[in-house]
Amino acid sequence: MRTILFILRKEFLQIFRHRVMLPLIFIMPIIQLLILAHAADYEVRNINLYLINRDGSQAAHRLIGKFEASPHFNIVGNAFNSDEAYRAIQNGQADLFIEIPVDFQRNLLRDGYAQLQSSVDAINGVKAGLASAYTNAIITDFNEEFRKEWISAVNVSDSPKAHLATNGQPPQSTNTHTLLSQPSPNEADKRSWEITASPYHHITISPSPITIRSANWFNPELNYQTFMVPGILVLLVTLVGTFLSGMNIVKEKEIGTIEQINVTPIRKYQFIIGKLLPFWIIALIELAFGLLVGKLVFDIPFVGSLWLIFGFSALYLLVVLGIGLLVSTVTETQQQAMFISWFFLIIFILMSGLFTPIESMPAWAQAITRFNPVAYFVEVMRMVLLKGSGILDIRIHLIVMSAYAIAVNSLAVLNYRKTT
Amino acid sequence: MEYAISANGLTKKFGAFTAVNAITFNVKKGEIFGFLGANGAGKTTAMRMLNGLSRPTAGEAQVAGYDVYRETERIKQHIGYMSQKFSLYEDLTPKENIHFYGGIYGGSLSFLKQKSKELITELGMEAYANTLVKNIPLGWKQKLSFSIAIMHQPAIVFLDEPTGGVDPITRRQFWEMIYKVANEGMTVFVTTHYMDEAEYCDRVSIMVDGRIEALDSPGNLKKQFKAETMNDVFLKLTRP
Amino acid sequence: MKQLGIFIKKEIYHILRDKRTLVILLGMPLALVLLFGFAITNEINNARIALVDLAQDELSQEISARLAASDYFTIEDQLPQVADIEPHFQKGKSKLVVVFPEQLQSNTRRGIPTSIQLIADATDPNTATTLINYAQAIIYSELQESTDNPKPPLHIQTEVKMLYNPRLKSVYMFVPGVMTVILMLVSAMMTSIAITREKELGTMEVLLVSPLRPPLIVIGKVIPYILLSLINTAVILMLGTFVFGMPVEGSLALLGLESLLFVVTSLGLGILISTRTESQQVAMLISLMALMLPTILLSGFIFPIESMPKLLQIISNIIPAKWFIIIIKNIMLKGTGFEFVWKETLILLGMMFLFIAASVRNFKIRLA
Repeated sequence: MRTILFILRKEFLQIFRHRVMLPLIFIMPIIQLLILAHAADYEVRNINLYLINRDGSQAAHRLIGKFEASPHFNIVGNAFNSDEAYRAIQNGQADLFIEIPVDFQRNLLRDGYAQLQSSVDAINGVKAGLASAYTNAIITDFNEEFRKEWISAVNVSDSPKAHLATNGQPPQSTNTHTLLSQPSPNEADKRSWEITASPYHHITISPSPITIRSANWFNPELNYQTFMVPGILVLLVTLVGTFLSGMNIVKEKEIGTIEQINVTPIRKYQFIIGKLLPFWIIALIELAFGLLVGKLVFDIPFVGSLWLIFGFSALYLLVVLGIGLLVSTVTETQQQAMFISWFFLIIFILMSGLFTPIESMPAWAQAITRFNPVAYFVEVMRMVLLKGSGILDIRIHLIVMSAYAIAVNSLAVLNYRKTT
Repeated sequence: MEYAISANGLTKKFGAFTAVNAITFNVKKGEIFGFLGANGAGKTTAMRMLNGLSRPTAGEAQVAGYDVYRETERIKQHIGYMSQKFSLYEDLTPKENIHFYGGIYGGSLSFLKQKSKELITELGMEAYANTLVKNIPLGWKQKLSFSIAIMHQPAIVFLDEPTGGVDPITRRQFWEMIYKVANEGMTVFVTTHYMDEAEYCDRVSIMVDGRIEALDSPGNLKKQFKAETMNDVFLKLTRP
Repeated sequence: MKQLGIFIKKEIYHILRDKRTLVILLGMPLALVLLFGFAITNEINNARIALVDLAQDELSQEISARLAASDYFTIEDQLPQVADIEPHFQKGKSKLVVVFPEQLQSNTRRGIPTSIQLIADATDPNTATTLINYAQAIIYSELQESTDNPKPPLHIQTEVKMLYNPRLKSVYMFVPGVMTVILMLVSAMMTSIAITREKELGTMEVLLVSPLRPPLIVIGKVIPYILLSLINTAVILMLGTFVFGMPVEGSLALLGLESLLFVVTSLGLGILISTRTESQQVAMLISLMALMLPTILLSGFIFPIESMPKLLQIISNIIPAKWFIIIIKNIMLKGTGFEFVWKETLILLGMMFLFIAASVRNFKIRLA
């Protein structure tokens, strides 16, 4: 035990002596958190819209007015023919264009039916899906209004049972969608346009008095940052932990001091623990710091127990640091250690459910995520911080993480050779 | 008499290359044993097998009475090692290095405090006590390394080219330190390629291409090879 | 010239000797493209949902069956009561619960207003919104079919055309991004580390006193990395094309030239970093924090730049990767020619000259 203390002391001396290290460990990640939380946002705003209006009618103008008023769209230009609009998409000026055909209003009134065309730059599928969904929402909304006015104008009474859409949604967690309403404009999936553009939204008059009410629990304002910040904290703590521990032993190999340690009677586990603990402590402090920033800057709800978060983090960090040490024991130079860590980290992080939901992955990929410690931590952070899950809810995570910690660190101890 | 080190047919191969080829020798307790050879003759490899850093391919050896295959960790409790590569932490001060290594060998904190003060005074390093090791001249660093290697009073100390790149005066001082510990009963196993240093040893072995070609006291060797100096002995052996 | 050849050979030996790094450098693009192509997606498939069926009648069962039959949902659990929903979410078992009220069918028949509730675990807001949308659509259509309903009057139909990527494949988005990240990694990060390493080991001094002129030394050092980058580019393009059916609409030659331009720009950055750092570790950390993360996050690779706060949008302009991604998307997917990407090309060229000029200046100062 005393031996471990001596290693600890030495490691801390070395870390604190390095002038670059401290800011790198504590300030960089916080800057990253601030930037990432703002950058990692799938909500799409400022979609650049080009219009081709071939109809001078009032209906067309009002429709355009609706797009102008939308926070999601910027109208960047008007074109007279589709070639011109197409060019605007090609050179990146516009994300989509909408074509209002000749006699749009007349067809609508005469045939009870009119057609609009929209073309979307779909290279970024997510963005295209959203752009299309927003477009549909606005058009449907306009359609309702227009129909309502027209029907009341010609004095045809509405079905008494029809529940009309309310404009704007209540700010609370419960939105009442009547059968006339369009999907919430907050949706973020590329396929949602298929739904809104599908025959479903033809049902505009209720066949029955059934309404569908939806509620968003745990994050009623659908704040994306609330969702992302806990995950980003995981990312940062993982990065710092892996790199610090991954570079550490290999650095001693490169400068040769490891030989000197290897001829001492030190026990392998003492050495590994001595190398692990300093970074474990640093990473936990870093996590605390990050959570504080999350609370103060992003107002992240701490629904569950912070003790549980720290308890799980302590376990998780043993795994992450153990992986770093393992990398350190199998590599010869810092460059190698760095590349290997980078390679595995990027895969761990992409497969962690941090940026894209795990449920969306194919079955084989979901199976892989069961071996991904980062995925467990991301999930636990979100469960405990945002939903208030308790220790029983995450017991499986705890068990898996413990097994992982034991396995990885035993491997690191076994792999560390005092004699070659 | 029991030997501090005894090796019998000790061999190390790296793939097809035989770095150390069945060397056999004994080192008496309290002896200064010189291990000579050209670069690449296998000195360092042989030493690494003896101090438990490298597993022999064949042969047997005991160090301080322990087997080099099965009891490497026991060996490590009884030896000190100063490697060819400079092995103190450059970003720690001499004091901090002493504390760290002393701590690993199980020294108590009060012992270490006292010991580091003593060592630094003994070495005349007061001026450098709180300087980072990387800013200290090489000669001082080597003396410090040596002091740290013997701080826990090992039975045997292994020195791998301890005076490489060091000026003649410092080398002289270094050998005085070696004599001092040898007089106190410590066995010193030292590799070098400075032939004048070989004269300071009780006995020397000369390695050529992984084999021990000669082993005796410097005086006997000079007689045997009819040479004036150890340098001539070495040249006769390596360039027949 | 012969000296340069020898020098390049030495550098290639360095790269080839370090097998582990080489495997990673060549394996990384493979792994990333495959991951992005197959696993990293936002699409919802078989999302697990739970039901609270207080009605237990024909209508609720029809709707449940319909939900279960869709590709979007798998019914994971039946909860006996509404109070069970919160613990259910806390266990993280599913992300959506559909609640059918008591006497759903009879109330509906009698015209008494009732409502079906969709309760989502909105910790992930986007997934929650999407699940609600899908569920709503499915329930509507079931309700619609169970009664005969006329088409509404005055209907505006919107025809949506998805240009360049009609099936909204995310690979189209990610291939250019992965390519950019890998090129940046190999060109900027590897070279900065390789040069700093030489400095750290002291071999740089030896080279500098050799008759080889300093610019040649640097050129010799970077040429192997250019080759490695081009190999990676080819591998990624082939994967994209043959495995994911991604088109290369525009000119392959133009694509190659633009990639070369980006590689040289990144090399310039790498050299610049190496002229300013003394240790590998610092070079690595700078490359990682100042190059890799911005390249991944602020280039439009994963997150759309338009949605970022103004400040980040402005910052994104100084990131070479942003311009390169625009260029390759244009050439590969839109099939545009040089006339559409000359602006971006010019910006990259400008950056390249800037980096190289700055490195040369730093280099001279060091020598003086």
